[in-house]
Amino acid sequence: MILRGKVWKFGDNISTDHIAPGRYFHLRTNLPELAKHVLEDANPDFASQMQPGDFIVAGRNFGLGSSREHAPRIISLAGAGAVLAPSFARIFFRNSINVGLPVLELDTSGINQGDQLEVDFEAGSVKNITTGETLSFRPLPPVMVKILGDGGIVAHFKKYRDFNLET
Amino acid sequence: MGMTITEKILARACGRDQVRAGEFINARLALALANDITAPLAIKEFEAAGATKVWDPERVVLVLDHFVPNKDIKSAEQAKLVRDFARRQGLANFYDVGRMGIEHVILPEKGLVVPGDVVIGADSHTCTYGALGAFATGVGSTDLAAGMATGEMWLRVPETIRFNLEGTPGRYVSGKDYILYIIGMIGVDGALYAAMEFAGAAVAKLSMDGRFTMCNMAIEAGAKSGIVAPDAVTEEYCRGRARRKPEILAGDADAVYARVIEIDVAAIEPQVARPHLPSNAAPASTLAGVSIDQVVIGSCTNGRIEDLRMAAEVMKGRRVSPRVRAIVIPGSQEVYRQAMHEGLIDIFIDAGAAVSTPTCGPCLGGHMGILAAGERAVSTTNRNFVGRMGHVDSEVYLAGPYVAAATAVTGTVAMPDNV
Repeated sequence: MILRGKVWKFGDNISTDHIAPGRYFHLRTNLPELAKHVLEDANPDFASQMQPGDFIVAGRNFGLGSSREHAPRIISLAGAGAVLAPSFARIFFRNSINVGLPVLELDTSGINQGDQLEVDFEAGSVKNITTGETLSFRPLPPVMVKILGDGGIVAHFKKYRDFNLET
Repeated sequence: MGMTITEKILARACGRDQVRAGEFINARLALALANDITAPLAIKEFEAAGATKVWDPERVVLVLDHFVPNKDIKSAEQAKLVRDFARRQGLANFYDVGRMGIEHVILPEKGLVVPGDVVIGADSHTCTYGALGAFATGVGSTDLAAGMATGEMWLRVPETIRFNLEGTPGRYVSGKDYILYIIGMIGVDGALYAAMEFAGAAVAKLSMDGRFTMCNMAIEAGAKSGIVAPDAVTEEYCRGRARRKPEILAGDADAVYARVIEIDVAAIEPQVARPHLPSNAAPASTLAGVSIDQVVIGSCTNGRIEDLRMAAEVMKGRRVSPRVRAIVIPGSQEVYRQAMHEGLIDIFIDAGAAVSTPTCGPCLGGHMGILAAGERAVSTTNRNFVGRMGHVDSEVYLAGPYVAAATAVTGTVAMPDNV
């Protein structure tokens, strides 16, 4: 799979409260509506101006805080192609894989707001079309590759009726 | 080569003699927990996966605590969905209004978690139970759904960062100050993916309530879990409470740690974490004079009886500043009753503080104390992210109960000695 899109750049330590603010939790049963507020507290223009396939490119420790799975789900529903960051908070990372949102670990310091990226998931590479630079991202643990490949944990469970972690 | 206590618990949970940090295992769960925010999505995914019965109705615990008593119609509908599921599944441990408390206060209190357990909870502060010498970690709703169906979860065995806390703490220094100081030192991703193990003479002297506070905030340093090896204090707490037989484990002398950090607690002053990260810790004394609109005393971090005793010690015979709304939220019905018997509730009401039924309410900006634009709170909760307690332009300062109570009295960030 190869995805192309524009970069929306965010800083370090973007929290689940930035992504899915508690004040909108009355929308938690209506995720498409909640998705209209995604990342609002970090960049108020993001939700209204992003195009499907655009990438969220952030600094360290993206997704810190709550275990609320609404956070990766609304990023996915908003149409983001992937989230790229040098590191992720662990619950967010795991939730993302479980709900099928690609999260890629790589050095993002040379990627800027508005850059055009091409992400090649098989090759594990990110080409910055704007700067010409090519970066590679850290491969996922085999367990996670298997879950992503099955389409998330629910689909994995449907397939095996249990966890099947032999890789 | 020896194992850490976390490796020992996980080895036991996957039926092996030995596991090592970095290995992927399938662990048997002692408990799977969710609340009124995360359970509805977990139930939906549980049903979408084609599951019909939870693996063990004694071991799936559901607690309505975030938006209850129902704050609006949506919350009422979500709570009803969880309630109906609990009844349908015949869950033995479902906690509703009047019998509930904040999940991480009541699970230990009711003896549901015991030393040696592996617990997952669809709530990031599930790491609280590490204080009992259990492995406990927060997960999302979908992981929880799989856990409810199978009684198992895959996980990567974490490395352990060990914190040796030695020395004698100064006056007004509590577990909250220790953990804010540590997060300030290592940062909000300083323990990413790791287990934080708290040890040393100063931890041995901490009560269970202080240990719960420390382990509760392990997630704020990015950790997978926090843990304190069980000792006489743990065993005393479990006596007459534990619903299952505790498994008292200890790390080996030659266990391998990713890092060992030595801390002299005598050097730790009462701490305050400034907006907008828990790692922005500073001595409270350096923030004197910052004006405050609201003080919240409670939460899964500091809503236990010892926390209320600390707050009452400062508020006794004093009045909350007319500029401040002070909100005290006991973490459980048991804590509430105990506080009443000890006269603490009278102290709070005489001081002009509101006292509420248990709820997570204001901590996550849900209800029961939301901030307006430009307002500032001192709170004994665990997060001070942008917009956490209300408006995106409001601010939260995190502190322990002593500093929070002193701040309520003076209307500015204050040390208990200066009220």
